[in-house]
Amino acid sequence: MAATTTASSSKGIRSVIWASSLGTLIEWYDFYIFGSLATVIATQFFPKSDPTAALLSVLATFAAGFIVRPFGALVFGRIGDLVGRKYTFLLTLIIMGGSTFCIGLVPSYESIGFAAPIIVLVLRLLQGLALGGEYGGAATYVAEHAPPGRRGFYTSWIQTTATLGLFVSLGVILLTRHSLDSDPAASIAKFNDWGWRIPFLLSIVLVGVSVYIRLKMHESPLFAKLKSEGKTSTNPLKESFAHKRNLKMVLLALFGATMGQGVVWYTGQFYAQSFLENTCKLDFDQSRTILIWAILFATPFFVVFGAWSDRIGRKWIMIAGMVLAVFTYRPLFGTMLDLTDASKSRMEQVDVHSTSVVQPPENTKTVVDTSTYWKLVGIVFILILYVTMVYGPIAAFLVELFPTRIRYTSMSLPYHIGNGVFGGLTPFIATLLTTMHVGDKLVGLWYPIIIAGVSCLIGGVYLTAKLDRNVND
Amino acid sequence: MQLIKRTLGLVCMMLGPLAIWYLVSTASSEIARKPGTDTWIQWGVFVGVFLPIAIGLVLFGYYALRGEYDRLPSRSDEL
Repeated sequence: MAATTTASSSKGIRSVIWASSLGTLIEWYDFYIFGSLATVIATQFFPKSDPTAALLSVLATFAAGFIVRPFGALVFGRIGDLVGRKYTFLLTLIIMGGSTFCIGLVPSYESIGFAAPIIVLVLRLLQGLALGGEYGGAATYVAEHAPPGRRGFYTSWIQTTATLGLFVSLGVILLTRHSLDSDPAASIAKFNDWGWRIPFLLSIVLVGVSVYIRLKMHESPLFAKLKSEGKTSTNPLKESFAHKRNLKMVLLALFGATMGQGVVWYTGQFYAQSFLENTCKLDFDQSRTILIWAILFATPFFVVFGAWSDRIGRKWIMIAGMVLAVFTYRPLFGTMLDLTDASKSRMEQVDVHSTSVVQPPENTKTVVDTSTYWKLVGIVFILILYVTMVYGPIAAFLVELFPTRIRYTSMSLPYHIGNGVFGGLTPFIATLLTTMHVGDKLVGLWYPIIIAGVSCLIGGVYLTAKLDRNVND
Repeated sequence: MQLIKRTLGLVCMMLGPLAIWYLVSTASSEIARKPGTDTWIQWGVFVGVFLPIAIGLVLFGYYALRGEYDRLPSRSDEL
């Protein structure tokens, strides 16, 4: 009898993880395809007279997608603590999917003028809002189903979705880019013209499947119990941020954990790709496939570190990831630069006029040999390994910090300020620093190094490694 | 440990205004160096977003200095 109950419970938690993770993965996919196609979108929706202005406009739009995430956390966190987790993250999924699909339908700037970039900006803001509400809901939902000693392990599956979302988005983009015509150059030209819309339009199918699966799930048992007892919060925002007892924990979560975690994450995955493509001048496809391989090898470590945090606590794994990042970023990125330096290794320079969507200052891109290619995969793997250390345990860490009645709201805000603002702006600020101090190609790394350094100092001194085994409060 | 926590709180309280000063002065010099809508928007976003965060850092430091983090709740229901 006990064995049957355990098997049933195990099957139940697997369904919960599957339904939550799939939806969150799709949301990340939706969010990333915009960033991954920033240069193509620039040519479609922003005035072509000044390419720099066009690119900056898209990056600003990209940043807007990140900056509105904390507002999404407040709006949907509040709804999640008032109405319930299930319906809130269902709503965010529909908003995200609808916005992504609509971006794929917006006519170009040439067709409808300034209405095009304005519509794209609004849709991007909606994406940011939806993402702000999704993650906290999914993490809370899984954690509130998980048994006490396995919370890190179970929520770590949610943590894999952000990286897998990037993986899927890069894969779909590369696949679409090379499958529109038998002639590679013609295929890329078609992709830049209209094929870029396919990854956006595809989203509606993925979201449809995910909504169907999520509709069959039940409300979180802890929240349902609170609701049936009439003990839910009447004003989650006030309880979360106007009461000192809770506000001080929100500030600690932000400055001692999510701020550092956010910059480590975005440096490892996004700035690394931008660095390979723009600073190392690596070929478009190679810079993306390197990231794809590194993600593939590193993703299981989210689960490894999540599960390990159930045994030794969340704190020191996250702090170790930040410390490693602080001390090794410059040597690792320096090695990437050395490896791709034409004077130091054998490589092929290709004319990219006809093949790349990116027009670099010099019209050549570097194609590295196989040995260098795998060395670069190894370095990016290490960078993403740091991401798995800081990101794998953080959902369980945040869930355990706040009580059930205001958990959705309280954990979502520090998460999205840390990841959306500090993390999301990393590629932008790091690139900006390189334009301000042109002599040092690694100068952009000072931003994540300083932020992660401050965060691990605060986290190391103030956080406790003790686990809160009972979150049924 | 309590002394370290409180001293670091004081450092955070000073770090907030320092970060604001650095941000505003860099924004001013960059806008003066390269005037234009893009520069204005870019730095306006940075200042607008990081200003409240820096204030939050000062508040965090103030709480730490007052000993609010000397003992953390061991369970979330203590909040």
